This record gives sequence, structure tokens and C-alpha cells, in this order.
Amino acid sequence: MSTTTKNVRRGEARSGLRIRPQDKLILLLMGLLPTLLVLGLVWFPALATVVLSFTRWDGIGDLSDIKFIGAQNYVDLATIYPPFWPALTHNVLWLAGLFLVFTPLGMFLAILLDKEIRGTYFYQTAYYLPVVLSAALVGFIWQLMYSRDQGFLNWMLGTSIDWYGDSQINLWAAMVANGWRHTGYIMLLYLSGLKGIDPGLREAASLDGAGQVRTYWNVIFPVLRPVNIIVLTITFIEGLRAFDLVWVINRGRNGLELISTLVTANVVGEASRIGFGSALATIMLLISSVFIVLQLRVTMKED
Amino acid sequence: MSSNTIPATRKPRLGPGRLMLHAFLLATSLMFLFPLLWAVFNSFRNYGYTLEHGYMSFGGFTLDNYKAAWERGGFEQSFVNSAIITISAVVLTLALSCCMAFVLSRYSFRFNLSLLAIFVAANLLPPQSLLIPIYRMFRMVEVPEWISASGTLLNSHLAVIIVNTAFQTGFCTFVLSNYMKTLPREIYESAEVDGASIWRQFWGMTLPLCRPPLAALATLQTAWIYNEFFWATVLLQSGDKFPVTSSLNNLKGQFFTDYNLLSAGSVLAALPVLVVFFVLQRQFVSGLTLGATKG
Repeated sequence: MSTTTKNVRRGEARSGLRIRPQDKLILLLMGLLPTLLVLGLVWFPALATVVLSFTRWDGIGDLSDIKFIGAQNYVDLATIYPPFWPALTHNVLWLAGLFLVFTPLGMFLAILLDKEIRGTYFYQTAYYLPVVLSAALVGFIWQLMYSRDQGFLNWMLGTSIDWYGDSQINLWAAMVANGWRHTGYIMLLYLSGLKGIDPGLREAASLDGAGQVRTYWNVIFPVLRPVNIIVLTITFIEGLRAFDLVWVINRGRNGLELISTLVTANVVGEASRIGFGSALATIMLLISSVFIVLQLRVTMKED
Repeated sequence: MSSNTIPATRKPRLGPGRLMLHAFLLATSLMFLFPLLWAVFNSFRNYGYTLEHGYMSFGGFTLDNYKAAWERGGFEQSFVNSAIITISAVVLTLALSCCMAFVLSRYSFRFNLSLLAIFVAANLLPPQSLLIPIYRMFRMVEVPEWISASGTLLNSHLAVIIVNTAFQTGFCTFVLSNYMKTLPREIYESAEVDGASIWRQFWGMTLPLCRPPLAALATLQTAWIYNEFFWATVLLQSGDKFPVTSSLNNLKGQFFTDYNLLSAGSVLAALPVLVVFFVLQRQFVSGLTLGATKG
């Protein structure tokens, strides 16, 4: 940001003037409430999740009923909880689908739309219209495509596949529906990054005789590093968070198990296993923290 | 094709490459639009007609599906619930984010950066991983009857409002503080010379200058919180409290066999965000890209 902030000592206004005492209270109040809210409803629960994952608790009794049992929950997860490995596999496939198919597709569409094209407004709108819809509604709308008896897809292909019901296929069907929404988002982010590139850079590259593909890989792509990292982070976080669409289809059962649905089922379901669910949740936290750190390093570097 | 009159850089010739590009873009964009158009198309058709002639027919148009979906889906109640949750959460989120962003951007503390990091990272954590403690905490917190009939924070709109606020404040704070840092510092210097209080500098000077990002964020957050599914689903247990998005889950059972009714319900649920999309498109898009391109 601005270079003038460099020499400012702590507790002072950016302009270098001292904060008046009567203003200190106002500033404190302005900062305190949001901070308490975020600490209390995001960071404390995150910490509590990690602690609870080493305990056994039915969640009904007093806090004194909590028993520490070490890493037993994690051992149980890996050994005697059948849905765990399928769920982890599904999460990895979900991520791979986003990362290998839909994110590149969004980037590719952005590159195409970055050229001077007649009707670009129509194309852009079509691609990112699904972005405004909730993932739950997307699951709903695609039911009209996927239904076995009345769906469009079976009519077109002449098949009678239960796309959402067949446990061999439904994960892929859900991934396509989810990709429909994801592609436009990535396209939009990437297009805004491309529009921000200095046109001189492109001209210089083309004067050097570089072809379009070469120009993109050697000049444009490296310059877009910040956008690339954001696209990467969003892809992974979205993949890990995937929940709504699958929950709407069948509450994450029968081939659609994901870590997020297992956590939820363990808490709001009939058998509430707090420690066990927390161990699952902690695994989610661990995976997501890798990308959060990556993202933070990029965004904070500039400050 | 001769092109001696048109400057090549502005209007490219319609060569075979261009034609292929347009064909590709047109085909993919129609594919993207299709599922939504299909839902809209069938929502206006009589179920008996489509059953008899199949879905690939044309005709049997009616508005009855909307009437039936509205009544049987309980949309009247769920739209009210959505309005309560969305409006409160958006206003609260923006108010808190403005305060926090102002403090972070105007003043340098030793822990400035770590504070911002805490806010940004909070937005990226998977909500499901925080469910267990939040669920237990809310069940323990007792609130007066007029807030929640259950006597605890669980199963109340307030619970959904504050959780959404806590989650979205991080992103909004990040965007707003980046924007505020770009404001010319001379105006603050002269304000301080004039003896303007901190509150006046915030309310009278900073906020009016932040109208563009605030409009973008308000649009984006309205769509996001209206679309929010997870927290409303797990924190509210009775159907009459559900906002539109999480009541979809119940609708599915109700409209199970009648896909035209299902289409009408989908279109009704999508209507508020589609209106936001088409009316406030500029704000929506700039909101989506604000965080990514650093204002």
C-alpha cells in the first residue's frame, strides 16, 4: 500500500498525529465488537473442535462428562467407520474434478472472452448466471435434467439411468451440476484479472513475434500470479466446503458421502457423537489451513 | 476478404478462426443457459399435458404451477423468514466491517496485520468444521421467549443472523480496509487540524467516500446470505422458521413426482437473486471481483 505508512510507529495515526484520548475509547469500541464476534463464533469454535476431537462426549451432559481419550477417535475413523474412506475419496475426486476440468474451463472461457468479441456481454452473462443461484437450488434444478423417468438427459441419450440415485454415477452427476456453477465464477475472476493487464505488455510480446499461446504462457500467465493463487484457493476451499448440493440430493448418502456431510450427520443426526464428529471436522480444518496460509501469505505480502 | 477500410485492431475480420470462436462460445453459452431455461419453460406447463405428450412437446401452458407451488411450498412464510435473516445480517455485517476496516486502515498498531489475517482467514474456514461447538454453544445460551420460542438461541433467526454476520465480516473488512487505504490521507490531516473527532472522520468523511464498495458488497452479501443453506438448515429445526433456500429440502418431498411444480418452486426461489443479478449486475460483478483484485 502507500509508502507513507512505513515510518509510522504503533499507536499513531497514519498521518503521524497522535490519537486524542477521547477518541481512543471510540476506536476501541469500533474494533472490539467485530473482533469479539469473529473470535467467539469462528476462532473459538475452531479451537474447541480440535480439543473435542480428543475426547468422548455425548453432547447432552455437563462439560464435566467430557473424557479425554487421546487419538482414539482418529484411530476409529480410519479403522471401524465405513463411510470415512469413501467420503475422503469423494472429496478428493470432487477437488480433482474442479481443479482439472471446471477451473481450467473457466480460465479458458475468460481468455476467449478477453478478445474483442461482438456479443461478449451475452456470453459472459450466460456463463456466470448460475453463479447467483445457491448450490442447493442448483441441485434442485439439475434434478430436471437427471430424473430417471422425466429428465432431459435420459430422453436425449435414450437411456434410463437414475443419475442422482445410482451410487456409481451420482457423484459425477453432482460434480457436473456443481461445475456448472463453479465455471462462471472462475471465468469472472480471471476475466477481471486479464482486463487489468497493461496492453503494452501484450503488444511488446507480439512485436517480439510470439504467438498467442506463447504470449499467454510466457507473459500473461506469470503476470496474473495473484489471480492464479486466488483461483487456486477458491477452487480448493469450494471443493472442501461442498455440502449444500449433496445434502439437497440425498443428505450425503449412497455414494455421495463427503467429509462435510459426515460431520453434519454425526451432530444433528439421531446419534450425536461429538468427539467423533470433531475428529472429522479437525481433518477438514487441517486440510483447509494449508490453503488459508497460502492465501494469507499472498494477500499480506503487499501490506 | 478485403479489409483496407477497417482498422484491424478494433474490428477483427470475420475469418474462419473468428467464426469457430463464435460457434464455440454460442454453443457453450446455450449449454450453460439450458438447465435454467428448461426449468422456466416447464414451470409454465400443465403436468397432465406433459405426462400425456412427454416433456419434449410444446403446449399445455398454464400459471397454475406457480399458484400451487406458492401455497403448498409455504413460500409466503419462507420469503418473510429470508427477508428477516438477509436484511438483518447484511446490515449488521456492513456496519461491523466498516468500523473494523476504519480502525485497521486509519491507524497502525503492532498487531494490525495479524488482526486482518484473523478476519480474512475466518472467511475461508469450512463452516461444517465449526458446527459442533457452535451448535452446543447456541443450545446453552438462553434467550427471552420473544426472541425464540424454544428458549435457547438454537432454532431462532437470531442464531442464523449472527453466525452469517461473523462469517461474512472477514471478507467485507478485507475489501473495505483495502479501499479505505486508497483514500487520500490529506483529507484526514486537514480534518485533524480542524479538530474533527474520530467519529466525524468515520461517519462524515470516510463512509460517504466508500459508497462504491459498499454498494457492491451489499449486493453480493444479499445474494450470498439469501443463498446460504448450511447454517439455516442445521440451526433451525422447525419448518416454519426456514428461509427459502433451506426450505428447498422440504419442498423436494412435497413436489416429488410433479416436476413442473418442482420447476415452478425453483423459479420462485431463484427470483430474488435473479432480480438482484439483472438489476444490480454491475455491483454484483464488482463485488465478486473486489476481493480478488484488491479494490
